[in-house]
Amino acid sequence: MKKQISDLLKIIGIFLFGKFKKFTMRFKKSKTMKDIMLVYYSEAKSARLTRKKVAWITSGGPVEPLIAMDVIPVYPENHGAMIGASKMGTGLCETAENMGYSSDLCSYARADIACATVNGGPIGGLPKPDMLVCCNNICGTVLKWYEVQARYFNVPLFVLDTPFCHTGYSEETARYVRSQINEYISFIERACGRKFDYERVKKVGHLSLQGQQLWQKVLDTAAHKPAPLSAFDAFYHLALIVTLRGTPEVIDYYTALVAKMKDRIARGISAVPNEKYRLLWDNLPIWHRTRWLYDKFASHDACLVADTYTSAWCGTMKYIDENNFIDSMAEAYTRIYLNIGVDEMAKMVIAMIDKYDVDGFVLHSNRSCKPYSFGQMDIQRIVEKERGIPCLMIEADMVDERTFSESQISTRIDAFMEIIKERKKHSSSISMAKE
Amino acid sequence: MEKFTEFKNIVTDPYTYCRKYKEETGNKIVGFTCSYTPEEIIYAAGALPFRLFGTDEGIHRADMHLQSYCCSLVRGILEEGLSGRLDFINGVVFPHTCDSIQRLSDIWRLNVTPKFHIDLVLPVKLNTTSARQYLIDVMEKFKKDLESALGVKITDAALSDAIKLYNQIRKLMMKLYTLRAQKPETLKGRDLHSIIKAAMIMDRQLLLKTLSDIVEQTQKAPASKMKPETKKLLLTGGICSHPDIYDIIENAGGVVVWDDLCTGSRYFEGILDEKAPPLEAIAQRYLDRDICPAKHAGLTDRGESLVQMVRQHQADGVVFMLLKFCDPHAFDYPYIKEMLERENIPCMLLDMEEQLPAGGQLQTRFETFIQIL
Repeated sequence: MKKQISDLLKIIGIFLFGKFKKFTMRFKKSKTMKDIMLVYYSEAKSARLTRKKVAWITSGGPVEPLIAMDVIPVYPENHGAMIGASKMGTGLCETAENMGYSSDLCSYARADIACATVNGGPIGGLPKPDMLVCCNNICGTVLKWYEVQARYFNVPLFVLDTPFCHTGYSEETARYVRSQINEYISFIERACGRKFDYERVKKVGHLSLQGQQLWQKVLDTAAHKPAPLSAFDAFYHLALIVTLRGTPEVIDYYTALVAKMKDRIARGISAVPNEKYRLLWDNLPIWHRTRWLYDKFASHDACLVADTYTSAWCGTMKYIDENNFIDSMAEAYTRIYLNIGVDEMAKMVIAMIDKYDVDGFVLHSNRSCKPYSFGQMDIQRIVEKERGIPCLMIEADMVDERTFSESQISTRIDAFMEIIKERKKHSSSISMAKE
Repeated sequence: MEKFTEFKNIVTDPYTYCRKYKEETGNKIVGFTCSYTPEEIIYAAGALPFRLFGTDEGIHRADMHLQSYCCSLVRGILEEGLSGRLDFINGVVFPHTCDSIQRLSDIWRLNVTPKFHIDLVLPVKLNTTSARQYLIDVMEKFKKDLESALGVKITDAALSDAIKLYNQIRKLMMKLYTLRAQKPETLKGRDLHSIIKAAMIMDRQLLLKTLSDIVEQTQKAPASKMKPETKKLLLTGGICSHPDIYDIIENAGGVVVWDDLCTGSRYFEGILDEKAPPLEAIAQRYLDRDICPAKHAGLTDRGESLVQMVRQHQADGVVFMLLKFCDPHAFDYPYIKEMLERENIPCMLLDMEEQLPAGGQLQTRFETFIQIL
């Protein structure tokens, strides 16, 4: 009883804090990421008080129908990133290992599974889910992870099964995924106890697409030389397109961000003070070493101007029909970057190399993410053959710090940068000679 | 039994067997990676379905494509593909299961000498109506893909014949498994391991005949009484590529009475409805069969099924054979273990690497486990 009261008081506290934050935010010219995320998590954590439902959903999952039904989406992967960035990953991973989960499993999954049982981590655990929504377009790991959580919380699980597109999008896949969208809507109706709002989802769909377009615009600004933002900034600003896709907050925030980047370009401000070399990053960030990596590359006047990871949240806009969101979301969610063949991924990498005019390619071989990492060695070879730029593969893990060898990676980055510097010197002397 | 030698020879050197088979019959050979392959369709196309087991020796080519944290099964299969030793196969089919196999298919398609390559993108969910329809659609597509790849027409009659043949084989395998539990002295674990492995390689008509003979002979053999202290074990996991395990278990005072392995009961479990439309019957078997953990059919179905299997075969304990870096199995292990413990079924975890730990060490571990049963 005592515990229940203290829990309730805690929730009321969180709720009031969120309300207060939201109120004060109205008077600010531009909302900060921190403010928005604080309000978002306070609303999610006080959902019991406001009688809203909470759904845990995968980062590449179809969130728009949830938003249209006032369900608060919560992202365990975003939580995993926060755990990693706050360097609390190793401890939580160890807890999961003591529960019997192999240390070779995805560290997001390990950290989240452990966190649910101890309410640990940087925000004291996620709010309990009323339902789970798992879309396997990013990996098979999320399926197993959500099965674990569905057993633990004893709540319904919906799996949106998006068949892998090795060499294209087949008719039978289209039919299968489309029929699952209807099943998904029925699932939400059952969980919420009311009819689905088809009118509202149209609006949410518009906002989602608009948010993705704006996110693309943010990333596009890095094509400017020098780049006003780096991949490390993108890792930070990404949180909104992942967690609040389909809401007006995203539009406001990214509109302001695009303006800010344009202003930086106009004033000649760059992400790395003396940008001489431009690089492309592949795979998830190494959340516990983002600052270190930024500094390391910046010390060589190198800027990671783009990455394959953050651009995945605006990579399938071409499949979205603005006037028919529900029908077209099936294809858009199925054909995302991680759900396509290695050769198609390599094509997209090469397109980014050209677009951002980069001098080198850094691949994070991520022990936690097999679908992202297996095939990287082939992508590297294709890039070397097609564009002839130096590539560096570093093995690490997005959350678990135990596999990170700082001195070794530092040495390898130094050596890699030496090659890039040599080549650039060489190519610029050639172009000078031509002139 | 003399018949076992035939199987053992095939398993020891499958490539020589296949080359010879091809020369003698002129038939084509189609490689496949897992037990979700609808072999009936390949057989109906007049080709020999051949399971790719990979290798664990002298791997260096695959290391150029796969990082250190990839399982040895995927690495071993890729090595064989890249080495050219599989030049006798006419093509491959990759049923979709886990993230690693999914990327293996891509890497294979981009690097192994071009032959036909079919991705069989199965549903991951196996418990909904739309997934069932999709699975049937995928089977139809596979049939068409195979027809164009092999330049043949697969008739319904051929499919029916294939289904009948596979049903007979599966029934015999089931019988053999049951006999093994009854007569462990006549049918050693190692022998059965060879048989089931060979069953995924050899001419299926010949297999049917040889299997019938073995079942008959084993039935005739006098009932070898199991020592009362012998403990009955059940194996669960993905694949078992170490026949030595069976000897070690038997030497330690145990006997394997059943398994839930992809290279075991999951391979032959489930009889097809011979009256249903062939492709629907094939699809239905995958929906009804015990699943690979890379698939989804509910939250606790694998655990429940395992408990039931233990009860049915009166096993004393369960051995988890977890291949290192196999994510789907590793995710299921804690909950299934807990479920078994709740039912008072002891279990032990065997982490499988490419190489088994030294014989003595493993024997001691099994002895310790068997003693507590």
